[in-house]
Amino acid sequence: MKPKTPSQTTPGKPRLTTSAMIASIAAEGQPTKPAPFGHALVEVARKDAAIVGMTADLSKYTDLHIFAKEFPNRFYQMGMAEQILFGAASGLASEGFTPFATTYAVFASRRAYDFIHQTIAEEDRNVKIVCALPGLTSGYGPSHQAAEDLALFRAMPNMTVIDPCDALEIEQAVPAIAAHKGPVYMRLLRGNVPLALDEYGYKFQLGKAQIIRDGADVLVISSGLLTMRALEAAKELEKDRIGVAVLHCPTIKPLDVETIRREAAKSGRLVVVAENHTEIGGLGEAVARDFLLNGVAPKFRHIALPDQFLDAGALPTLHERYGISREAICRRIKAWL
Amino acid sequence: MADATDGMLPNRTLANKTLADRAYHIRRNAVRMGEVQGQGYIAQALDIADVLAVAYFHAMRYRPEDPDWEGRDRFLLSNGHYAIALYAAMIEAGILPEDELETYGCDDSRLPMSGMAQYTPGMEMSGGSLGVGLAIAVGKCLGLKRKGSDSFVYTLFSDGELDEGSVWEAIMAAAHHRLDNLIAIVDINNMQADGPSTQVSNFEPLVEKLEAFGWFVQRVDGNDLDAVREAFDAAKVHMEPVPRMIVADTLLGKGVPFLEAREKNHFIRVDAHEWALALEALEAGRDT
Ligand SMILES: Cc1ncc(C[n+]2csc(CCOP(=O)(O)OP(=O)(O)O)c2C)c(N)n1
Ligand SMILES: [Mg+2]
Repeated sequence: MKPKTPSQTTPGKPRLTTSAMIASIAAEGQPTKPAPFGHALVEVARKDAAIVGMTADLSKYTDLHIFAKEFPNRFYQMGMAEQILFGAASGLASEGFTPFATTYAVFASRRAYDFIHQTIAEEDRNVKIVCALPGLTSGYGPSHQAAEDLALFRAMPNMTVIDPCDALEIEQAVPAIAAHKGPVYMRLLRGNVPLALDEYGYKFQLGKAQIIRDGADVLVISSGLLTMRALEAAKELEKDRIGVAVLHCPTIKPLDVETIRREAAKSGRLVVVAENHTEIGGLGEAVARDFLLNGVAPKFRHIALPDQFLDAGALPTLHERYGISREAICRRIKAWL
Repeated sequence: MADATDGMLPNRTLANKTLADRAYHIRRNAVRMGEVQGQGYIAQALDIADVLAVAYFHAMRYRPEDPDWEGRDRFLLSNGHYAIALYAAMIEAGILPEDELETYGCDDSRLPMSGMAQYTPGMEMSGGSLGVGLAIAVGKCLGLKRKGSDSFVYTLFSDGELDEGSVWEAIMAAAHHRLDNLIAIVDINNMQADGPSTQVSNFEPLVEKLEAFGWFVQRVDGNDLDAVREAFDAAKVHMEPVPRMIVADTLLGKGVPFLEAREKNHFIRVDAHEWALALEALEAGRDT
């Protein structure tokens, strides 16, 4: 490929930074909670002595350092070696422990896929794989952008796949996946994580999709960060008297197809699947397949990342460029109505 | 630069700046880029500047105006987050224009925070996923040999990358294939994401391990320009048909005393007003 052309940065224009290691997906002024995963894991680990924490040189960047500090003797630093991280997690699980193993989504899904497939999924080991920087939440370019992690882990038999929306849901999902027996892949938002679902009185249930808000014109079926964006877009569109329902599906696998189908079958709404993931192999294709198999045929649109290597740059720029910002979602829904 | 003649002479014949001058300018460029983002891997750039000065202004053969020139020595940056350091060296080498450092890490820049081949002239590989560079280097060395080329493949990687199994696979493969055109440099700054590398996953005794794997190994103070230059020279002329490793012990933040003394971190904090102080500190260190 040819090098890109030099940028035309306007002098004096404030620069947007790449924000990868310190990626914050919180909007300005949005309430946040620090390290919800780390604190929630400490809480469950107090009651469950089988839980151990493991990482591949990313405890500080996956909020596992909170656990490591609280339980230094139950924490394993495996070095920057993702394959042994997951192989060893399988081994610990086979001896009766419940490892929570963390790295970035790209390195679990790409570097260690075979190790997870063979030693964790195929052996059906009780390992919780918890990964930061899911989908497009890093400005470092393709090496750190896990656009396809859901597709890859969905394709593994035995694997439960979770894409939580905010700090509240992470806190609730941690004890739920700890209680669930079997391998789990959970996407992680780390650092100061926004709170979005608290105002709706939401409570996470493993395997369940839930209507967060109702609306007469559009049904958005979403997971993870895109549920947060969809809720923001719904508030915006309300001002234009467009009623947007948001059906949040944090459990990508097994997918709550009954609830999704029931909502989609309700009369006449535009159905939009919105996901922080490539258009290939994620929530959108899973939902579309189920609709076709069951003769549900609403007007259907898909908000997802394009099938290309995504750019490096500031996250707000990239979310706008690839159509997953709040503003882009509003524009696109209006255009489709 | 390098060899305006026929590409066979090392740079120093035409360059009248000393290597210390080159290292100073590399550090300066890096600090200026760090200031653009207000953050970045500046401590790493400062620690590796001397190695890059020797690579680009003593050891390597290249044409700044033609980064794809077939006769060039290849330089692979395996630790892509060190891109700030390599851009700084490539600017000093005239491969990249100096004013472009203003765009470091910005939207649509050719200089992204994590080095990538498709973005930047002279960037031979896409890094970011660590532990990959030596694998590519093995293939490049095989390819150059197939083509009858006498070019070297230089590969910089980091001590954190020593944790990855893929690195040791490549170390074995390079020795197995007797890749005497491979010169690898590992930056031992004793730092990685979760803390000091020796505490995260101990890789010592490193020289003995690498020798046992069949490499010609030299361990030097990576911030001693004479020692680094001699190591590069020895790596090039070594007679045995084996790959060559330079283990470079470096100091994070080297050249800016207040960063050298700061609490060591993978991602060092620098306050807004400190960038100017860092430039001053570099300047002051230059005079002494
Ligand atoms: C395969 C892979 N795993 C994890 C990471 C995340 N990561 C980025 S830098 C880093 C530390 C690597 O060690 P080193 O390069 O020695 O760190 P430094 O000297 O720059 O502090 C880690 C774990 C990565 N980029 N690639
Ligand atoms: Mg290091």
